[in-house]
Amino acid sequence: MNGESVVFWITAIFAVVGALGMIVSRKAVHSALWVAFAMVNLAVLYFTLQAPFLATTQIVVYTGAVMMLFLFVLMIVGVDSSDSLIETLKGQRLLATFFGLAFGGLLLSAIASTVALRNNGLDVANGDYGGNIQGIAHLIFNRYLLAFEVTSALLITAALGAMVLAHRERWTPRKTQIELSRERTHTSQVTPLPNPGVLARHNAVDTPALLPDGSPSQASLPQQFRETAQNDDASKEVTS
Amino acid sequence: MNIYADAQGDLAIFGNDPIGVILLKVVGIFAIMVLMTLLTIWAERRVVGRMQMRIGPNRVGPFGLLQSLMDGIKLALKEEIIPKGVHIAVYCIAPVISATTAFLTFAVIPLGPEVSIFGHVTPLQLTDFPVSVLYVLAIASIGIYGIVLAGWASGSTYPLLGGLRSSAQMISYEIAMGLSFVAVFMYAQSMSTSQIVAGQEHLWYIVLLLPSFVIYTIAMVGETNRAPFDLPEAEGELVGGFHTEYSSLKFALFFLAEYVNMVTVSAMATTLFLGGWRAPYPISMWASANTGWWPMLWFFAKVFVFLFVFIWLRGTLPRMRYDQFMKFGWKVLIPVSLVWIMIVGAARQLKSDESVPTRTLLIVAAILLVIGVGISYIFELRAQKRADIEQAREELEASTEFDPFAGGFPVPPMPGQTPQASRRIPVTLASSPVTGEEQ
Repeated sequence: MNGESVVFWITAIFAVVGALGMIVSRKAVHSALWVAFAMVNLAVLYFTLQAPFLATTQIVVYTGAVMMLFLFVLMIVGVDSSDSLIETLKGQRLLATFFGLAFGGLLLSAIASTVALRNNGLDVANGDYGGNIQGIAHLIFNRYLLAFEVTSALLITAALGAMVLAHRERWTPRKTQIELSRERTHTSQVTPLPNPGVLARHNAVDTPALLPDGSPSQASLPQQFRETAQNDDASKEVTS
Repeated sequence: MNIYADAQGDLAIFGNDPIGVILLKVVGIFAIMVLMTLLTIWAERRVVGRMQMRIGPNRVGPFGLLQSLMDGIKLALKEEIIPKGVHIAVYCIAPVISATTAFLTFAVIPLGPEVSIFGHVTPLQLTDFPVSVLYVLAIASIGIYGIVLAGWASGSTYPLLGGLRSSAQMISYEIAMGLSFVAVFMYAQSMSTSQIVAGQEHLWYIVLLLPSFVIYTIAMVGETNRAPFDLPEAEGELVGGFHTEYSSLKFALFFLAEYVNMVTVSAMATTLFLGGWRAPYPISMWASANTGWWPMLWFFAKVFVFLFVFIWLRGTLPRMRYDQFMKFGWKVLIPVSLVWIMIVGAARQLKSDESVPTRTLLIVAAILLVIGVGISYIFELRAQKRADIEQAREELEASTEFDPFAGGFPVPPMPGQTPQASRRIPVTLASSPVTGEEQ
């Protein structure tokens, strides 16, 4: 039992636990956390498999950026939003089963081919260009350059698409800070509104603040407690 | 089973330590980080105190040095309040994630050259591998989880807003930070910290790559949530931000993480741009300045310079507005670093390529310069136009006559208006005929 297998048995179990936890969790945020946990464990496995570049990019890109954006969205959607139990996509279970099985088959065949076919081993692969990172760089920027560029174009298109979908046309030019402050100083109320109850007998939220001349200030009250024109009429009727 | 197998040259010295030396290094780094935290908190309070014409803590121990230790003990022994609405598991994990990831980064920082520990020759660095600078970025991105989860798990609005702000802020500034590393990688031709230090034997990268250094320095302040970029915990708007609902030891862990992160990013800046443990110029004339245990002294001196800048910034600058801060990150820092990387890459490629004659290079550079000047001229024209409109408006305002009692209250003049003499009637104790004579 050498160091590599010790690390493998710890992180492999953790990764599987993380994957199961993701499925079992009822809260979306907990699921996202389990996925992040599984990803970090996978990254440790990559380290022991002598793929340090893959390990760090796994953490930076997937754990750090992708899962973080998921969390971001979940947090914006709301802490207590409940899951919808109605399936809106027609036949998604069938399709999901089909594609899941197909993907599993693909993975199995890929793993089987590496086990069954003769391969040259890590030393030869790394030795060609003087190291693991240099080897990856050579593959990406020479042999798979077109695929790399196409993928990046796809990602940029997706980002642009998201921006177009979220874009809202401005009908009026945006006010600058100078304009805003100028507008503010041209109104009758430059300072913040007074708090309710200032200088009054009570500090309750519906007690208007008293102005220096002793008259109550309606502006100090929240909107729903203010005496609107209607209320004015009503109170006049009562008093008269 | 050797991760260092594919490394060239120098990295072969890592990974052969006996278990005792490794343990010693781990404990040593942990002790250094905790000590640095205590020292930094003390230094911060003293320096900010000086900047605000106060003395700062000076009672506990010599110069008040033990003040932060005492505060730490007090903080840990305080009552722990756990609010009702929290998601308890995540609430407890969040500060642990923050603190542990803060300590992890220092494993790849080179503190010195090879030294002899109990007769075993070993580099003063826990470990190093071909992508150790990327490892620092990776650990930093896990550290964000601590803050985000703390904000979410508190089950309260202000912490949630603080957590959201901080995740957006740290992700954006991590991009600028990563881009500022790229130029260093190109010059050092390696992503391992020890080889980057080795690459600065003759010239520090701060001289060669000043724009990268400036971008990194700005990004590192944003990344550690320190003033003027401490928007996730802006007390004026968010109470305490992500740690509003935390108390006692859990709060202490966040506090610790912030200061350890400060030390770590300062150490990274030293390693990448200031020659790491190499002695600064006048001292480097001394032959044995870069051997033995001395380099640790130079290293920590440089780190303390950065820490002082952190404190200085906090004592000087007001907090930025959030939208301006994000705009600065995405629309200034990232484009500038991309252009700078292009320039560095092109320059290095051309330098290594002998076939391109210098004359062609100069012509291309001249054309680019002309285009650049043209673009800046267009921008200048637009700015001029805007200034004209602004001036016209101010003139319009100035042309309206100044009324010092507009609306029945005394008011100051608008921009461009000239104030007139006061209309106040001189007050005298005597009766009116005397005043009349004086006027």
